[in-house]
Amino acid sequence: MSALSPNADGLRRRRAVNRLMEVVATAAAFAAVGALGLMIVSVARRGGAAIDLNLFAKTPHPFSFTNEPSGLANAFAGTAIIVGIATAMSLPVGVLSAIYLNEFARARVAFLIALALDVLNGVPAIVVGIFVFALVVVHHGQSALAGSFALAILMIPLIARATQEALALVPQSTREGSLALGVSRWRTTLGVVLPQTVGGIVTGTTLAVARVAGETAPLLFTSSIVGDRLQWNPHTALASVPLKIFEYSESPDPADHARAWAAALVLISFVLVASLTARALAARSRRRMGLHR
Amino acid sequence: MATAVATQQPEPRVELTPQATLPPPERRETVFDIRGLTASYGGVPAISNVSMQIYENLVTAVIGPSGCGKSTFIRCLNRMNDLVPSFRAEGEIVYYGLDLQGPGIDPVAVRRRIGMVFQKPNPFPKSIYDNVAFGLRALGMKDDLDGRVEHALTQAALWDEVRARLKTSALELSGGQQQRLCIARAIAVEPDVVLLDEPASALDPIATSSIEDLMHELKREYTFVIVTHNMQQAARVADMTAFFSLSSAGEDGRRSGTLVEYDATQKIFTTPADRRTEDYVTGRFG
Repeated sequence: MSALSPNADGLRRRRAVNRLMEVVATAAAFAAVGALGLMIVSVARRGGAAIDLNLFAKTPHPFSFTNEPSGLANAFAGTAIIVGIATAMSLPVGVLSAIYLNEFARARVAFLIALALDVLNGVPAIVVGIFVFALVVVHHGQSALAGSFALAILMIPLIARATQEALALVPQSTREGSLALGVSRWRTTLGVVLPQTVGGIVTGTTLAVARVAGETAPLLFTSSIVGDRLQWNPHTALASVPLKIFEYSESPDPADHARAWAAALVLISFVLVASLTARALAARSRRRMGLHR
Repeated sequence: MATAVATQQPEPRVELTPQATLPPPERRETVFDIRGLTASYGGVPAISNVSMQIYENLVTAVIGPSGCGKSTFIRCLNRMNDLVPSFRAEGEIVYYGLDLQGPGIDPVAVRRRIGMVFQKPNPFPKSIYDNVAFGLRALGMKDDLDGRVEHALTQAALWDEVRARLKTSALELSGGQQQRLCIARAIAVEPDVVLLDEPASALDPIATSSIEDLMHELKREYTFVIVTHNMQQAARVADMTAFFSLSSAGEDGRRSGTLVEYDATQKIFTTPADRRTEDYVTGRFG
């Protein structure tokens, strides 16, 4: 019986340690969730009131301290255009690099490319901004296109890795079935492998869009010298939501502060919705893949 | 179960026994002339020094215990092993006078002529129609696509079951139907040879027998090589049978698969020349 006594082998102490670590880990997890929750609540409280139709429909009023309707239509339009073009640039490059990585590259080359993508993923956004500034802006001046280029560099590793993970889930037997018909490798990839990864690609792209929509630093160098008119031409610098938030946070007019909070709330809601959509899409495509396992 | 094979009466279901159709050696057309084939993965040989000839419009079965290199062997015949980076093959596989492993031979062109059906049915996650049409489209055989799809599905004895639902997903078919769809997919592109790697091992007896019937029907048009570890299946479908086994350990203590005996199926199962074959087909070993 002594082997089962309450304090055999220091059982009491070990139980206490176990209990303590469980509490600490749980607290850490709740702190992380709490930080997100607090942020959403505080942004919503300060910005919620300023969200109205004018925010999306009107451009900034030329004068501060006025009760005339004012909004950030130009910033929302600019962000949509810049991120849209960045997606168009990064999607083909990301997907094709993933295809090379997973379908064609030898093991050693694949390892190096995966490593490079991970490093690129870790490059600070401001460094990418400076890089594009030196490469493009110095010669051609600021433009939305330069901003898109900078954001595309940030998106490529996210899209490539998500696509590559989806490709790795496609069973080898599918590829063999096609190759055994005398179909080329590329046609096999395009015809039977890639269609099974659409869910993964959409998920990765959605997350990448959510990630760069709020990027400020790269746009500071590439698309920040802007007026308050609503503009659509990507060859000129366009306003963007994150830079407008920064600008308004320094304004003397409290109404501008409220609009900055409102824009922040829109941004965070967009990221939230995009992430949840991406999750749902990923779950759906996994279920589809499961059907023929 | 194996002991019954040698004394078993021919099954009444199969009216044309394979033995009855086996032409004499001088009238056989050689498809594959395999000379001293040794195949290894990462330097470890899986089969060593296999030499045999495979003949046109016959069904050739490859039997033997697990791990004796049957699948490795059959996957050499359409260069499917090229997909494994550490794979190496020595010796010659002469296909209608051309060494398949020679320089300048594109494995894609090899697989175009020599199709394959796998152990586990692997239909594409597409519609039934698109499963058959995919290869045809990719290979530019787009004239009369509907007719070609129907013909292939008819040949695979699947047409009547699926004609009303060609646009539904192939993944909704039963295992036996999926495997027949894979056969239809393989023969749709009109290969010369169809390799089958234990095509019925994941199927129930009824589905298995329908696949065996298919092979009887189709061997007039194609040459079949089938790997099976089911000896009754070999006895039922094959004209020629090759028995593979593990060699005794070499100087490095490693055992690899090797061809023990190759002859007419009836001979292999009734009067085998090698003691090891006899032990295997009578169930004393394996």
